[in-house]
Amino acid sequence: MKPPSRVREMPILRVIARALVPVILLFGLYVQFHGDFGPGGGFQAGVIFAAGLIIFALTFGVEALRQVVPVVLTERLMAAGVLLYGAVGVVAMFLGGEFLDYSALDPLTTGHYGQHLGIIVIELGVGIAVAATIMRVYYAFVGRRPGEDETGAEQALDAGAGREVS
Amino acid sequence: MIEKILVLEVVLPLLAAPVCVLVRHPRFCRLFSLGVVAACFAIAVALLVEVRGGGVISYELGGWPPPLGIEYRVSTVNAYLLALVTSMALVVFSFDSRGGPPRVPEERRHLYYAVFLLCISGLLGIAITGDAFNIFVFLEISSLSSYILVSLGGHRRAVMSAFYYLVMGTIGGVFFMLGVGLLYQATGTLNLRDIAARLEPSLDDRGTVLALALLVVGISIKLAVFPLHHWLPNAYSFAPPKVSAFLAATATKVSFYLLAMVLFTIFGAPFVFEELRLQAVLLPLSILAMFLASGAAIFQTDLRRLLAYSSVAQIGYMTLGLSTANATGLAGGLVHLFNHAVMKGGLFLVVACLLYRVGSVHIDALAGIGRRMPLTSAALVIGGLSLIGVPGTVGFVSKWYLVSGVLERGWTAAAVLILLSSLLALVYVGKVVEVLYFRKPAETQPIDHVREAPLGMLAPAWVLAAAAVFFGLTTDWTYGVAREAAELLLAGGI
Repeated sequence: MKPPSRVREMPILRVIARALVPVILLFGLYVQFHGDFGPGGGFQAGVIFAAGLIIFALTFGVEALRQVVPVVLTERLMAAGVLLYGAVGVVAMFLGGEFLDYSALDPLTTGHYGQHLGIIVIELGVGIAVAATIMRVYYAFVGRRPGEDETGAEQALDAGAGREVS
Repeated sequence: MIEKILVLEVVLPLLAAPVCVLVRHPRFCRLFSLGVVAACFAIAVALLVEVRGGGVISYELGGWPPPLGIEYRVSTVNAYLLALVTSMALVVFSFDSRGGPPRVPEERRHLYYAVFLLCISGLLGIAITGDAFNIFVFLEISSLSSYILVSLGGHRRAVMSAFYYLVMGTIGGVFFMLGVGLLYQATGTLNLRDIAARLEPSLDDRGTVLALALLVVGISIKLAVFPLHHWLPNAYSFAPPKVSAFLAATATKVSFYLLAMVLFTIFGAPFVFEELRLQAVLLPLSILAMFLASGAAIFQTDLRRLLAYSSVAQIGYMTLGLSTANATGLAGGLVHLFNHAVMKGGLFLVVACLLYRVGSVHIDALAGIGRRMPLTSAALVIGGLSLIGVPGTVGFVSKWYLVSGVLERGWTAAAVLILLSSLLALVYVGKVVEVLYFRKPAETQPIDHVREAPLGMLAPAWVLAAAAVFFGLTTDWTYGVAREAAELLLAGGI
């Protein structure tokens, strides 16, 4: 589907978005993985990452974004993120610690390697879940027409009959 | 062994929810969540057996020792709540609604199970944790998921009542949060036992009194204490029947635990009931709830609304037990948690059976159904007798100890009022029974096609009806545990 005409006529917006979106996504990943050395973490990273993709959708149309990240995928990623977080806790239990006891993740070496590993993985889970949730919320909003109930809107969205934001 | 896996009580349903979302297969989700709930029930029973007699199990999340880390702390009080929530969840999940009304579309049913599991996880979390902020988090998990569950009711008004519930519930949550904040300011800690040890409540300390006020009002909204109950009738009558059964049996019960814990463990009975004299407010409100809500129930024409108003009245009995602040009365209130869960859960499951076969639970549509669905109707009669408090049912056990507790306190008038309010229950239950058995069906609504509910629905409803009689005759595991819990609470422990 073609992007809305107003935006299509704005070459500056399109060029800048094209240049910025990858940078924003990269910055999201930076905030994600640098979170344990500097300010940042999974939540902020997830928001930035999703914001980058939403800018992409605002400029090139929701249909274009849906080809990159299908609606079903966002639902699955939300669940997978939570599951990743919880799995770290359960693995720690299997390794003999308490639930979410990261130190148990690395029983061989002393020191804080286990804590480090644990926090990176759970923050990754948070990042995935937050990014997916924000995109799912965005899909839910743009998939609605006034006077239409949500189930109908989502079926329309899933069937690829979605509309662009204007 | 059990102290090592205690945390699974909350973690299992919490992680089973995303698994359901990932797998998406409705049948798998149904069986999987049933298995998870059964495992939770097993853990809860093992915990209850372990802590009975005054034992306490403490679990340090992430290996961080309290008061800095989050502590899960199980004593008789919360083990009792855990067993209550998981047993009700198990019965409700084993209820086979066969896609009966309202239908959650097949491609979304996995989300329904996921949300249901999250709700269970939140309720169990509130009961098990020993950390004030953690309680708030679980309170939000359980509340948000119950708003969603209510909104799935199919009827247009289900969405509206879910929204109303959301607004009220959020106000309650915010009040609770502010109360916790003030306590944190006063004590510098979030661990419940640590707060209790450091807090020296006095009437001159405005911050502490304000914290108590915010906590009590916030929890009272969630508990649906009489003037704050307005969200409950709509939420229960428009939610899917299984959800009504589950929420009626568990959600308000967990809030009651929370209220008791705040009053007795954090602030302590001497301050709340002797200095502040909270019973001067709580007792009249409880009695008003018993009479006005029962009175409202009499005039309802929809069976679900009738049961919902009756729930508000029954919550009045529980808070009445709380306001006596003696072991017998408080144990009466606590035992009524389980007893009311059994009867109201059973009654809402009966409603689900009736909805499936008759298609409506409007009082006129049920005329003469007693002949067409004898087993279902009999279960309803047992639940109804229990609501009245007929000897041999659980309702009698609760009222017996409530009245004893009230008399111990010297409140003769309140004891008389409890007995009088039972007469109102007799009226609204009698009205339903009369319609079911003695009224001729209207000619415009033939009921010849109505058959007995299928076994998958009837069995869970009858399990609860049988439990209403069984625990009415043997009280060791209900009143025995509740008494232990009440003494523990009065001594300021959890």
